[in-house]
Amino acid sequence: MSEPVVETQELAVRFGGVLAVDHVNFVLRERELRCLIGPNGAGKSTFFKSLTGQIRGANASGRVLIRGQDTSGWSTHQIVRLGIGIKTQVPSVMNGLTVAENLWLSARRTAGHDGADAVVEEILSELELSAIARRLVGELAHGQRQLVEIGTVLANKPWLVLLDEPAAGLTNVETERLIAIIRRINQTATLIVVDHDMHFVRTLDSLITVFHQGAILLEGHAEKVLTDPSVREVYLGNRA
Amino acid sequence: MTGAAFGIGRIHWQWLAALAVLLAALPLVSETNTPILLAVWALFALSLALMWGFAGILSFGHAAYFGLGAYTYAIASVNIGESTVPVLLALLVPALVAAIIGAMMFYGRISDVYLGVMTLVVTLILNRFMNATAGDAYKIGNARLGGFNGIPAFPTLNVPGDPKMEIYGTAYYYVVIACLFIAYLVARWILSSAFGRTLIGIRENEIRMELLGYNVPAYKTAIFSVCGAMAGLSGCLFANWAEIVTPSVFSLGTTAEVLIWVIVGGLGTLIGPMIAAVALGSLKLELGHQTLVDNSLVLGAILILVVLLIPRGFAPSFTLWRQRLAQAQVHRRQARGTRRRRIALQDVKQ
Amino acid sequence: MDYAAIVVLEILYMIGFLALISAGLAIVFGMMRVINLAHGEFVMLGGYATIAAAKAGINIYFAMLVIAPIVVGIIGLIVERLIVRFLYGRMIDIMLATWGLSLLLIGLVTLIFGNTPVSVPTPIPGYRIGHYQMGGYNLFVIAVAAVLMCAMWFVLRYTRVGLIARGTMQGRDVVASLGYNPSTIFMLTFTVGAALSGLAGGVMAPLTGLLPSIGGAYIAKAFITVITGGAAVIAGTLSTAGLFGAVDQLVSFASTPVLGEIAMLALALVLLRLMPQGVTGQFFRNST
Repeated sequence: MSEPVVETQELAVRFGGVLAVDHVNFVLRERELRCLIGPNGAGKSTFFKSLTGQIRGANASGRVLIRGQDTSGWSTHQIVRLGIGIKTQVPSVMNGLTVAENLWLSARRTAGHDGADAVVEEILSELELSAIARRLVGELAHGQRQLVEIGTVLANKPWLVLLDEPAAGLTNVETERLIAIIRRINQTATLIVVDHDMHFVRTLDSLITVFHQGAILLEGHAEKVLTDPSVREVYLGNRA
Repeated sequence: MTGAAFGIGRIHWQWLAALAVLLAALPLVSETNTPILLAVWALFALSLALMWGFAGILSFGHAAYFGLGAYTYAIASVNIGESTVPVLLALLVPALVAAIIGAMMFYGRISDVYLGVMTLVVTLILNRFMNATAGDAYKIGNARLGGFNGIPAFPTLNVPGDPKMEIYGTAYYYVVIACLFIAYLVARWILSSAFGRTLIGIRENEIRMELLGYNVPAYKTAIFSVCGAMAGLSGCLFANWAEIVTPSVFSLGTTAEVLIWVIVGGLGTLIGPMIAAVALGSLKLELGHQTLVDNSLVLGAILILVVLLIPRGFAPSFTLWRQRLAQAQVHRRQARGTRRRRIALQDVKQ
Repeated sequence: MDYAAIVVLEILYMIGFLALISAGLAIVFGMMRVINLAHGEFVMLGGYATIAAAKAGINIYFAMLVIAPIVVGIIGLIVERLIVRFLYGRMIDIMLATWGLSLLLIGLVTLIFGNTPVSVPTPIPGYRIGHYQMGGYNLFVIAVAAVLMCAMWFVLRYTRVGLIARGTMQGRDVVASLGYNPSTIFMLTFTVGAALSGLAGGVMAPLTGLLPSIGGAYIAKAFITVITGGAAVIAGTLSTAGLFGAVDQLVSFASTPVLGEIAMLALALVLLRLMPQGVTGQFFRNST
C-alpha cells in the first residue's frame, strides 16, 4: 500500500454558523483516480478549495497534507508549486490571449523560457488544439475553452491534478474525449475529479467518495457506491 | 514563442530611427522649452500606460511618484550640490515608496475600486502634507520644504562629476529626449520578456495565473515599483525644467491628466498615451493663453466622450485590437498563400 | 469642563459634516455601485445655487433646504440620462466619466461665475461656552445631518419606496422580476443622490467661501467615508463618519488641523487594507 499523497486530518470549514466541511479525514494514494460526488451543498467544492488553498485562515481548522507536507494556511501559488494542477469550477483562462499563449504561460513556469515552446506543441497535439492554437480563447466555444483550461493545467506537468466539474457544459462527444484525456493523465499522475454528471462518473469507473452534509458518507468502488441505497437516498430524485 | 506575441508587436526600428532624427533636428527650427515639457509628460504617460495597459493596475494616484521624484531631486540637490546622486535618488525613492505601498495593497489582495481609492488617498496625504510644510521647522537637511510655495531654488542638472558644467537649454532637451527613448525601450524590453508576459497574463486573469503557480502579488509590486521609478524620473526632469517644485505636483489635477492621456491615447499601447500626452498637453498650453474656453471644460468633455464612445469598456478594446491584428495576419498569410499558388500554377503551366 | 464640551461639539460637527457631504454619494454607491466622482461638484453647485438665490432675495433657509436640492437634483437627472445610464455595471468607466464630468462642471462654473470667491454670512449667531466662542451655525449643520440620517433610515426601513430601494441594492434582476423597471429606479436614485449632494452644498455654503474648485475638498473626504463604510448606506456612512470625525478632531486638537486631516486619511488607508469590503462588510453586516 503506497503512502498517501493527499491526506486531510479533521478538516473543518465553517462559514458563519454553517459547518460546510465537517471534520473530514480523507486519504488519497499515488496514481489513484478519485471522484468526489454528492448533492449540491454537500461540501465537495468547499473541500476541494481547502485542498487548493483557496479557503484558509479563520474559516478552516484541521490539517491538509500533500505528500506529507502540511499545507494548511499555504497560499494557492505555493501549493501549486508543489506540482499540482488545478481546474476550477468556473472556467478560468486568459480570454484576451491565444490558446498557445495561455499554454505558454503555464509551461514556462516549469519548463523555463527555452523549454516552454516544446511543451506547448506537445499539449496542442495531445489535446488536438493545434488548429485553434492562434485563436483568442475568448472567442472559442465553451467546450474548447474547457479543453484549453485543461491544457494549461497539464502544461506545467503536475503529478497531482484536481478537476472541479470538468464535464460541465460539454457535449457527449466532448465528454468522451475528456474521459480519454483523464485516463491518459492517470497513467502518470494522481487525479481528483469533482462532478455532478453521473454518466461521466460512472464511465470513469474509479474509486468514489460521496459527500453529504459536509462529511464523507461512503467511499468505495464505483459499482458498489453507485448502487448503494443510502447514496440513492441522499441524491433523492437525481437520476443516478 | 518569439517575436510578436501576447499582443506586443515587433519594434519598427526604422520608424524609431526616423523619429529620433526628427527630434534631434527639432532645436534647429524651434525653441526647446515647450518640447521638453511635452517630452516629460510623455514619459509620465508611458509609466502609467505600462502599468495600467499591460499589468492591469489602475492607480488613481500615480502623481504621487511624479511628485516624489520632483521633491526628492530638489531636496537632494540642495543638500548635495551636485546632480548625479539626486537623479539616482529621484529614481530610488519613488521606487521604494511604491514598493512598500504596492506590497501593502497587493499582498492584501486589494484591487479595482479599492486600489483606486487607496492610491488616491496616498496622493492626497502627500498633497496635504506638503502644503502644510511652510516655515523653517520643516526641512530635510538644508532644504526647506516651503509648504504651499514649494522649493524655489535648487541646483539643476549638471554634467556628472562637474557641478560647474550646467546642462540647460538645448543640451537639456537632448537629455530629456534620450531619457524618453531609453524608457520606451526598457518598457518594450520588459513587455517582450517572460516577466512582461506574466504581467499580461495577470491582467487577463489573476486567479488563473495564481493557479498556475505564479506569485501574483510579487509581480504586481515589482511593476508598480518600476513604474513608480519611471514616474519619479519624469518628476525629476520636470523639476529641472520648472526650476521650482510645489505641492501641485501631487495634485488631483496632475493625476487626472495622466489618466486622461492614457485613456485617450489607448489603453493597451505605449505609443498612444505618449502621443496623447503631447497632443493634450499642447492643447492645454494653448488654452492657457486665452480665457474664453476653460482648460478643465475641454479636458472633462474629452474624457466623457472617450469613455462613452469606447463600447463595452476598455478591456475588450485591447482584445478587439488584437482581433484586428490577428485578422490582418490571417489575410496576409492568405495573400502569401495565394501568391505561392499562382507561382506554382505558373510553374505547372510552363 | 468647558473645553470638554467644545471638543465634543467639534467632534459632533465633524461627524455631521462628513455624514452630510457623504449622504448623496452613499445612496448612489450603496444602491447602484456607482462612484460619482463629480459628487464634489454637485455639492459645489448646491452652494452656488443657494448663494445665487440668497443674493436674489430669497430666504436663505429656503434657498439651502429647498432650492439647492431641486436645482442639483435636476442637474443630476440630466447627467444620469446623458452619461451615467450607459455605464451601469462598469465601475471604473463610471469613475472616469464622472471625473470628466467634474472637470467639465468646474470649467462651466468658472465660465459663468468666475474665479473669485462668493460668500454669504451665516444666519445663526455664535454663542459662548465658558471662555470659548462657538459658531452657532455648526449646531444647525449637526441638526440637519442628524435629521437627514434619521429620515433616510426611516424611508429605507419603513416605506415601500425604501423597500424597493433596498431590493435594488441586492441586484437589478431582483427588482425587475418584481415588476419594477430598474432603469427608472436607477434614474430616480441618482437624482435623489444628486439632490442630497446639493442640500449638503447649500447647508455648507455660509460656512465657506465658494469657489468653483471647492468640490475637490469635499469629494476626497466623502469618497473615503463612503468606500470605507461599505455597502450599508446608513450604518456604513455613520460608522466611518464617526470614526473619521473623531480621529480628525482629536488629532487636530492635539496638534494641527493638517495633521488631523492626515491622520484621518491614514486611518482610511489602514481600514481599507484591513477591511476591503468596507466596515459594514465586516461588522453590522445586515444593517441598512
